[in-house]
Order: sequence, then structure tokens, then C-alpha cells
Amino acid sequence: MHIMEGFLPHPWWEIWFALSLPVVAYGVYRMNLIIKERRDTLPLLAVSGAFIFVLSSLKMPSVTGSCSHPTGTGMGAILFGPWITSVLSMIVLIYQALFLAHGGLTTLGANTFSMGIAGPLVGYLVYKASMKSGLNLYIAVFLAAMLADCATYLVTALQLALAFPAAFGGVLTSFKAFLAIFAITQVPLAVVEGAITALMFKYFIQLRGDVLVKLNVASAKVIEKLREASL
Amino acid sequence: MKLELIVLAVIVVFVTVFAFVSSTGNHEWGGSDDQSEGVIADLTGGTYQPWFHSVWEPPSSEIESLLFALQAAIGSIIIGYFLGYYRAMAKMKAAKATEETKG
Repeated sequence: MHIMEGFLPHPWWEIWFALSLPVVAYGVYRMNLIIKERRDTLPLLAVSGAFIFVLSSLKMPSVTGSCSHPTGTGMGAILFGPWITSVLSMIVLIYQALFLAHGGLTTLGANTFSMGIAGPLVGYLVYKASMKSGLNLYIAVFLAAMLADCATYLVTALQLALAFPAAFGGVLTSFKAFLAIFAITQVPLAVVEGAITALMFKYFIQLRGDVLVKLNVASAKVIEKLREASL
Repeated sequence: MKLELIVLAVIVVFVTVFAFVSSTGNHEWGGSDDQSEGVIADLTGGTYQPWFHSVWEPPSSEIESLLFALQAAIGSIIIGYFLGYYRAMAKMKAAKATEETKG
């Protein structure tokens, strides 16, 4: 999902910065509140950031004969919401832009939007909706992380299509062309990411179910039930 | 252990698919991020030139993989540290509780 350095022309790189920066700024504010007032949640905050670090460094081969990487943002989105996850994602994207020539500083706004905002927002909403409809927590986590991953790549394709509309057929034609690269490649990776994220939540529940209750991830009753079942 | 087994099964399927795909054709296994460069060239008739270049690029693919591995290692250390910390705390709490009920 990394749009490479210099590959977004004016005015698009500015537009995505303008959309991303306020979200990240508010995310920093929310993160500071948590650091000050909810110190018992800090280990999970660190793990959420670290999870993005690990997963976005793994370039995995997929069915199409090309490689792509998961995003790892679903976990942070479920635990801390999209605001804070946007900050965590931006940190990873800056590391990759500076040291790996992966993504870029001019495209940081667009990449933060797709990976740090759009994906986590979708993941957060999917998780909340799934829990409301009474789905099993692990299935809810799986769906949220998987769809957050897919949404990120959808948005990347859209960003590229908006910047490079086809001469014939415009944005829609180029959207299809960009989506063709990502769509099939990404789905198996998203499934793996969803499964691993769900497994991580099993350990969170076993070890610190009380913090998940405090973060409003699930009710104490749901956590207790899952602990007893210890799937 | 049920969830672990399900995740393991998902990974086994993933690896099997990879083994199958890579044995049945010639694939480059290039990055999908880089492929978008080709599509941009197609769409613009090859006229688009990136207007900014990376401030620094890893001098070789060896060094690039070093830095990717470093990224994964930093993340893994943090995850392992805190899960281990949580685990030890939970164990200590449980040990304390049984001691109190005994004494």
C-alpha cells in the first residue's frame, strides 16, 4: 500500500496531508491522555505499535506470484480506536520512508490516510458492529483485522486512481487497473493477518482481560465467558 | 489450543498455496507496491516522472533486508517482553492467592 516517493503529483499529496494531519494530531492528544491517565493500558499500546512494526515488515508471497505485506493495524484499532492507531501507523511509515526507501515523505500523508486512518476506521466499525450483533469475539477480531487490511489497499488504489485518471474511462478505469494489482494478492494476506490478530486477543484475554474491559473492548461478562471456555 | 490449531491450519494452507503457485509457473515475486509504478507508466503513457526522490536508499538489497529484519526484531522484542511480563504477573498473583488460602 506504500505509494512511492514522488509518485503523487500536486495537488494530491497536499490533499492527503491535509486530511491526515488533523487526525494524527488529535490522535497524539488522545494518546497523551492515555499515557497520563490509563497507565495500566500502556503495555497494550506498546504491543499494538509493535504489532504494526512486525506485520508491515513481512512481505509475503501471495497467490498471484507477487508479494505484499499485511498492515497490522486492526489490533490497535480494536483496542485504542482509529485516532491513536493513526499515530502508531505514521511512526512505522516514517521509519520505512527514511530507512527503507519504502513509501516516502511526500506520500506520507496519503499512506498514513490509507494505512493509519481508513483501515483502522473500517476495522473499528466492523468490530463494534460484530460485537453488537452478538458474534464471538475472536470472529469479530478476525473480521475487523482482515477488513482493515483490505480497506487500506482499496483506499491506496483509489488514491492512485484519483491522481492518475485514465485518458479513456477516467478514475474508474484506473481504479480497476490499480485494484487488479492489490485485490487478489491482498486477500490471502488479510486472512492470515485476521487469524493471527485473533490469536493475540486470546492471550490478551487470558492475561489481562481486565484491561480489555477498561478499554471497552468487551464487557466483563463476555471476557469471563471466553476465559472459562479457553478456546 | 483450538484457536492455535485453526491459525496453524490457516498458515499451512497459505504456505501450501505458495508452494503450489511457485512450482507451477514462473513468477517474479515482486512487490505489489512496485507494480503500481508500471500501471502509472501505462496510464500516463510513460510521461510521469516522480518529482521527489527518497532522501536515502539502502545501498543494496542486503542492507534493505537487514533494515526490514531490524524492524521486525524491534516489534517482536516489545511484544515478547510485555506478554512475558503479563504472564509472570498473572502467575505471581495466582501463587499469592493459593498461599493466602493455605495460610
